[in-house]
Amino acid sequence: MSKKILVADDEPNIVISLEYLLKREGYTVLVARDGQQALETITLEKPDLVLLDVMMPLKTGFEVCQAVRANEDLQATKILMLTAKGRDTDVAKGTALGADDYITKPFSTRELAEKVARMLGGLP
Amino acid sequence: MRVDRRLLLVMAMAGLAMAGWLGVTAALLWFTLEPAQREIVGALIGPRMALLALSWAAALALVAAGLRTLWRTYVRVPARLLEETRVLLAATSAQQLGPRGSAEMRALSAAINALAAQRDHLREDMAHQVTQASHRVQQEKNRLSALMAELTQSVVVCNLDGRILLYNNRARLQLREFSQMPDLAAGAELIGIGRSIYAVFDRQMVAHALENIHRRLVRGAASPSTQFVTTTPTGQLLRVQVAPVRPGETDAGNVDAVSGFVLMLDNVMRNFEQESLRDRLLHGLTEGSRSSLASMQAALDMLGYADLEPEMRERFMGVLHEELTAMSARITDLVQHSTQGLKTRWPLEEMLGADLVTAAQRQIEKDCQRSVTVDSVDETLWLKVESFTLLQALTYLSSRLVDEFEVKFLRLRLQAVGPRAQLDLIWTGHAMSTETVMTWEMDAMRFGTQSLPLTVRDVVERHGGEMWFERERIRHEAFFRFLLPLATAQEQLEATQLLQSDSRPEYYDFDLFQVSAQGSELDDQLLSELSYTVFDTETTGLDPSQGDEIIQIGAVRIVNGKLLRQEIFEQLLDPERLIPAASIQIHGITQDMVSGKPGIGKVLPAFHAFAKDTVLVAHNAAFDMKFLQLKEASTGVAFHQPVLDTLLLSAVVHPNQESHQLESIAERFNITLQGRHTAMGDAMVTAEVWLRLIPLLDAMGIQTLRQARQAAQATYYARLKY
Repeated sequence: MSKKILVADDEPNIVISLEYLLKREGYTVLVARDGQQALETITLEKPDLVLLDVMMPLKTGFEVCQAVRANEDLQATKILMLTAKGRDTDVAKGTALGADDYITKPFSTRELAEKVARMLGGLP
Repeated sequence: MRVDRRLLLVMAMAGLAMAGWLGVTAALLWFTLEPAQREIVGALIGPRMALLALSWAAALALVAAGLRTLWRTYVRVPARLLEETRVLLAATSAQQLGPRGSAEMRALSAAINALAAQRDHLREDMAHQVTQASHRVQQEKNRLSALMAELTQSVVVCNLDGRILLYNNRARLQLREFSQMPDLAAGAELIGIGRSIYAVFDRQMVAHALENIHRRLVRGAASPSTQFVTTTPTGQLLRVQVAPVRPGETDAGNVDAVSGFVLMLDNVMRNFEQESLRDRLLHGLTEGSRSSLASMQAALDMLGYADLEPEMRERFMGVLHEELTAMSARITDLVQHSTQGLKTRWPLEEMLGADLVTAAQRQIEKDCQRSVTVDSVDETLWLKVESFTLLQALTYLSSRLVDEFEVKFLRLRLQAVGPRAQLDLIWTGHAMSTETVMTWEMDAMRFGTQSLPLTVRDVVERHGGEMWFERERIRHEAFFRFLLPLATAQEQLEATQLLQSDSRPEYYDFDLFQVSAQGSELDDQLLSELSYTVFDTETTGLDPSQGDEIIQIGAVRIVNGKLLRQEIFEQLLDPERLIPAASIQIHGITQDMVSGKPGIGKVLPAFHAFAKDTVLVAHNAAFDMKFLQLKEASTGVAFHQPVLDTLLLSAVVHPNQESHQLESIAERFNITLQGRHTAMGDAMVTAEVWLRLIPLLDAMGIQTLRQARQAAQATYYARLKY
């Protein structure tokens, strides 16, 4: 069974590329348009990895990350934060709140694909 | 001639001694004689006894004459010298003793004269030094007040009680924001010499700042100032810097002595707004762009796959297109704001556009020897410019036009277009190529042999503006157009009011440093040390109980014996009734002048605030007070402070004068009348009269407020009732 990945970002223009890319790589891809929806999907679908944008309506990526880490059932979920803020304080905050890795926009899709593969143990 | 009793006494004793000596001699002779001889002598001398007495008297006269001469020389002359020396001692001007008497006496006089001369010289020297010193102090004071008046920073200096000793015009304008009645009292009830700063700022806040300063002083900080931020009632943010005023003669053991404090006020609202605008722009530029770039890069990466379905390719292309449009819009937005938000760091100042044009006209005419006419200028425009470099740019362009294109006539034009001003430098004839304009714009500006490290482009960019070249073919004209920023409404207001203060105002009184909290009751305070509000009213008639109303109030303050001509209250009122024609002849205030003015219900509270903590003074005060008292019920404002009447007190000082009308008193004191029968004019004259009455009352032993009130009551006029 292929690994399940949730793409949580409110910008449809990046979601369309990420969805296409990850499907090509052989993952099952879910999409969430805001923080609230992201948290619900994570709880319900228990994806293996979440691409979590920081700035989202309703709940920020930080909040979602914190909620996931507070839930015993979701400890296995890997979180890769995406941010448009280039500040190191955000990286520090994300890591502190339990993100497994961090990637700053803009990024190359190849780099992202490699990172995702590494986080999921090299297997799609 | 008066004879000294002591001299008579001495003479009498000499006479007695001589008589005694004669008696003893006779007695000795008598005892040596035989009884027969005694008889013969007795017979011989007996009838000639009178002769003997005569001889005694003659001898006595001789002795007396001798004694008198001696007396004159050795007692009378020194006594006179003593008197004259005493006069000399008390003399305030140079004086000399006349030489008299014996050689010793003359020498003594000369020595005393020398001493006196030495004393006079020292005294003169001292007086000279005192004059010089006080002159220097006065000069320094004047210099400081001039400096304060011109300063663009708001400054208020207070003594430790929080009483205002000095403030400048900027501060007055800024603190207006705290006024409850900005239209009526215009903040004059808040900021003024001798008023308390705690009417504006919370006492705790200032106390806390002073405490911080104290701690820093104790620690030995070099610049022990501190600051706090407060909001005005209108929601503006004010940053207040507090610095201590330290007494001049600080000794080592007293490092933390403070005699007052300086407040520097800064409206940081505008800075704050600019900062947040800058933040927003920066945010849009970084985060927004990053997101867009991420979407574009991801889409581009996907487009790289050779096996991409046409439908997906279409969608990725759509993403690219959309994000590119968003990026462009963001950049456009940024450029529009950045001219205000990001580039306004160069210090620009408010300047009346017409002034700039006039200055440019003069400078171009001088430098280029060509006549410059002013085409059309919007007189109301306030620019925000760095006038020096802007004038340089205009002059530089003109000189190149004249040198390279032989332009004969130049014109200037200024008008507002949207949020900016257009300043045009126009000429007739030759037009030039865009390349030429570019070089002129980018070349370092040259004046004769002198080259500046500045281009026209630099100047334009400092203003966040733009400059270009345009031609009007029909009129055969061409012009350079400068787009310049306009001052904001608030900046315009402040600049206008700074311009209007023409004379140098009395905004300071350092003597208040010495005044401490007034412990004693008002009644026991000296007249010369009290603060007064001297006022006058104009009314529709003489009978307030029959419906006559106040139509104008004018008032001025006296603090510390000084008339503060800048701290005035002047207001026309709508009496809400007709003004009788007869009274218009006196005060000249017509119905038109008062229509639309505030009524007594609004003006009286403002006047009450203006007169707070002062003694009221008016000429024929009972009349004005009657009007005020009749309004107590309807306005809820009562004047409880003491009232002095210059009419009554003039009668106290000059009981024999026939008239105590304001004109007559002013004439007696040689006070120039100005604007008689306007409330303000009369209040000013009354104030001057009162300042002259104070020392005259003092000479009569009337020194305190209580004494003045009692004296006024005792005069004949006090029995008149209105």
